[in-house]
Amino acid sequence: MTKEEIKTVILDIIAEIAPDEDLSDIKSDVPFRDQLELDSMDFLDIVMELRKRYGIEVPEDDYQQLATLDSSVAYLEPRMKDL
Amino acid sequence: MPGLTANSVNSARVPSQERVVITGVGLAAPNGNSLAEFRQNLLNGKSGIRKFDVRYMGEVIAGVCDFDPLKYQKKKELRRGTRAGSTAIYCAQEAVADSGLDFDSLDKSRVGVFLGITEHGNVDTEKQIYEIKQYDYDTRYVSHHYNPRIVANNPAGEVTLNMGITGPHYTLGAACAGGNIGLIQGYQMLLLNHVDVALAGGVSETIHAFGAFASFRSEGALASHEDPTKACRPFDRDRNGVVVSEGGCVFVLERLAGALARGARIYGEVVGYAMNSDAFDFILPNAEGQARCMQLALKMAGLSPSDVNLISTHATGTPQGDPQECQAIRQVFDGCPNTYINNTKSMIGHAMGAAAALELAGNLPSFEDQTVHPTINIDNLDPDCALDNLVFNEPRKVGRIDYILNNAFGMLGINSTVIVKRLENSS
Repeated sequence: MTKEEIKTVILDIIAEIAPDEDLSDIKSDVPFRDQLELDSMDFLDIVMELRKRYGIEVPEDDYQQLATLDSSVAYLEPRMKDL
Repeated sequence: MPGLTANSVNSARVPSQERVVITGVGLAAPNGNSLAEFRQNLLNGKSGIRKFDVRYMGEVIAGVCDFDPLKYQKKKELRRGTRAGSTAIYCAQEAVADSGLDFDSLDKSRVGVFLGITEHGNVDTEKQIYEIKQYDYDTRYVSHHYNPRIVANNPAGEVTLNMGITGPHYTLGAACAGGNIGLIQGYQMLLLNHVDVALAGGVSETIHAFGAFASFRSEGALASHEDPTKACRPFDRDRNGVVVSEGGCVFVLERLAGALARGARIYGEVVGYAMNSDAFDFILPNAEGQARCMQLALKMAGLSPSDVNLISTHATGTPQGDPQECQAIRQVFDGCPNTYINNTKSMIGHAMGAAAALELAGNLPSFEDQTVHPTINIDNLDPDCALDNLVFNEPRKVGRIDYILNNAFGMLGINSTVIVKRLENSS
């Protein structure tokens, strides 16, 4: 997957777990939780969806890598490049 | 009925601070999303039973609700919570709105939520097992939302989260007596002065899992009929089992003194109740235990059987169960010409934990319209169930109704009876 495709994947997942939110103005370098109503349980949904959809396991120590859209793409790119 | 005063209330056995009244009703039934709509459909004999697809079972007959959950919840809350939680929220919000309480100014630490359930958690347990089956039963795919969804207090807890209630909340596991037991718990918490407002009733999401349908079928107790609306037929000769339904009903309960002080509309006063156990069988009901339960409730209310004008029966439409309740009613109410009898399940099926609360709610308007709604689908009345004054197929205008007795029984021999009294309008 390309960076753009990974970005779309993440936004798709967030759209599912935060269905009341408008994601059109989301800032890619600002933590999701600073601009969306997401709590720790929602965050775990992102981890679960990556596991279910792509078989990607995000260790707990790496959760902080998924804080922003940019950091998520950077973290996932090497793990999803062959998908 | 506005305009009530303490003096207008008959038989002031106890101080008004120790009397508990119903001042709000919120409900979700297979044939109505408000008391007015529900009552009208009950009077019209309109069934809410239809065909419904259930995983592993395929098409079954069930009572399905169509309330708008987004009226009080965001999409994300719906995604996170349970169907029972969502139903309870809808009912609780509607009940509070109906009560006229200024909820925003209430001390939320003095509000409690007490909901009867038949069971809770099966829906999400079944769903999780189905989900992990797609991943070769790898338990890493069990949702982190599973625990908060299946804890037994979930439906009541979701109400507190949604409404900012910080008083006590829990559910009461009471099989199919749950709706009565929830109401009784609310009454008791008011008398103990642990709360000032009790949101009490029952809720069920049972139809969203295959288990109840499959188990009733294995017991030979799952209703079947070509026409779903005719499947639930208590007291009819050809009844053949239970129609499982979802639903909810929440009452606002307050002390009479408070309700009078704020000029609340009062649906009725809870004047008696009883709960007991058959100690007889896992599944089979027992007329002796049921009769004792009704007698205990009458005793608490200080009533004679002939004082009761309407008995809302529990009968579910099983061949074995209905005659037991009829026998119990004959035993207690023999020679009571002004005691009428009906059944609600014929139109809404068996709403499990919500059943008793819904069935009481649907009969409360009879205090005002003096009419008993019918039980439907009686084409051939079973002689064993041919109770005097059974109101069937057509509603009956009967004159003044002062006391309603609401029965609810369940597996493991749990019995419950609640008696509600009409309060006089001072005008």
